[in-house]
Amino acid sequence: MRTKHVASLTLVVIAASTMGAVPAPEDRAGTISGTVTFTGTPPKMRPIDMAKEPSCAAQHATPVMTENVVTGPGNSVQNVVVYISAGAPPAPAPAEVAHYDQKGCEYIPHILALQAGQPLEIGNSDKTSHNIHPLATVNSEWNKSTPPGSPPIKATWDKPEFIAVKCNVHPWMHGYFAVLPTAHYAVTGNDGTFSLKGLPPGKYTVTAWHEKFGTQSQEITVAGGDVPKVDFVFKALPY
Amino acid sequence: MGKLFAVIVAVITAISAGVFIARIWWLPPDISVLGAGLDHQLEETMVASGVLFVASQLILALFAWQYADAGDGRPIKIFPGGATPMVVMATILVSVEILVLTLVGTKVWGGIFLSPPDPNALKIDVQAEQFAYYFRYPGPDGALGVAHPELIDAGNGNFYGLDPANDTTARDDIVSASLVVPVNRPVLLSLHAKDVGHAFYVPELRIQQDFVPGLVIPLQFTATQVVKKEIVCTQLCGLGHFNMRAYIDVVPPDQFEQWLKDQAGQ
Repeated sequence: MRTKHVASLTLVVIAASTMGAVPAPEDRAGTISGTVTFTGTPPKMRPIDMAKEPSCAAQHATPVMTENVVTGPGNSVQNVVVYISAGAPPAPAPAEVAHYDQKGCEYIPHILALQAGQPLEIGNSDKTSHNIHPLATVNSEWNKSTPPGSPPIKATWDKPEFIAVKCNVHPWMHGYFAVLPTAHYAVTGNDGTFSLKGLPPGKYTVTAWHEKFGTQSQEITVAGGDVPKVDFVFKALPY
Repeated sequence: MGKLFAVIVAVITAISAGVFIARIWWLPPDISVLGAGLDHQLEETMVASGVLFVASQLILALFAWQYADAGDGRPIKIFPGGATPMVVMATILVSVEILVLTLVGTKVWGGIFLSPPDPNALKIDVQAEQFAYYFRYPGPDGALGVAHPELIDAGNGNFYGLDPANDTTARDDIVSASLVVPVNRPVLLSLHAKDVGHAFYVPELRIQQDFVPGLVIPLQFTATQVVKKEIVCTQLCGLGHFNMRAYIDVVPPDQFEQWLKDQAGQ
């Protein structure tokens, strides 16, 4: 599971350690955690035939599978973006660069969650050209060629949006940028779990987004010291 | 200067003819049933045009040598026989030659493009798109599902826009990025393009056919050797054109049946 911390957490720790007994508000910060699962029958993922690009095919001992619906043990769902869609105090975009790679003719990671305004670098680790084409509708759409060995593309998404990404050269390549309005987000791993840390007491809307299953939201109140559990269950269809 | 020109023309002619006679940069070996006819036709064309080419260049060299400017300042006054009858005669000669080649070649061309397909031909639906080919085989039900362009979802592996939720015939369709065919069995391809013009070119099969958006173009061949060769696009179709290719894998019949079963299992 991938979690991003509040940008100011380090400062808070430093402040708390220097100010001794003065309690910082984050001392009472809560964590929202839970699991994303499905009911029903999810679609079967298919092997991707990379025959046309031998340099990519050679990087995979077994065929890469499509990643639209990746499930794990106990009906868990991977690649769900869980984030605070309302209620979180505004946080400036972090200066930390988010990295997205084109490797083995796949997008790594399949879903890159980042904050609106956060710097982004897109690399090409392959020995072939890619042409990355984020299909943005709220932000400005672009597509750029990345020949092998080219320097990373630097980009920024200014507005929150789930942006599908495709490669104009390799039709099977598919991924997402999850551009979020908050610093509190997570992408579920294979066990379907997530945790959103460092939330001061308050009322929040927690939203779970999945590229195939859609979006669900829940209203959650975090009180001091509370660790509310929030589970999301998506309904899966075989086709 | 005129004599030097004559020598250069003669040397260029000899080298050009030599390249063809020695078969440097010749065609790759043919692996198809109809290829032999095409190769024969090509050789006839090469010989007919080659003999004319060599003869005309050598005559040019001869005349350049014979009548090179001697430096005496003579003006050219006459063109023996006048130019018009010679041009007319040359035009008629070349026309007859092209007509004969066309008539002879029609039989070979018709064998590929005009003859009805073999009823036992293996039918494969071929889709060209920027910048890949996809090949669709009917599954165990023997029928292809209907393609709905609005349902195309390449990232989910749905390159044809199939609707397995509502169309049961589409559920077992086999979609491959390689063209796998059994050796010595006639194959009938249906070519269609998803976006722009593309081409299907396999030099070893002696086949080159364009995809035209909006048209479904039949194309038949029979491969005679177990080989793996490249299929390339020869119509400039966009920035990834250089990388648009697939492989044709000609396999023994039992291996083909096994491949179909393996694919259907996925």
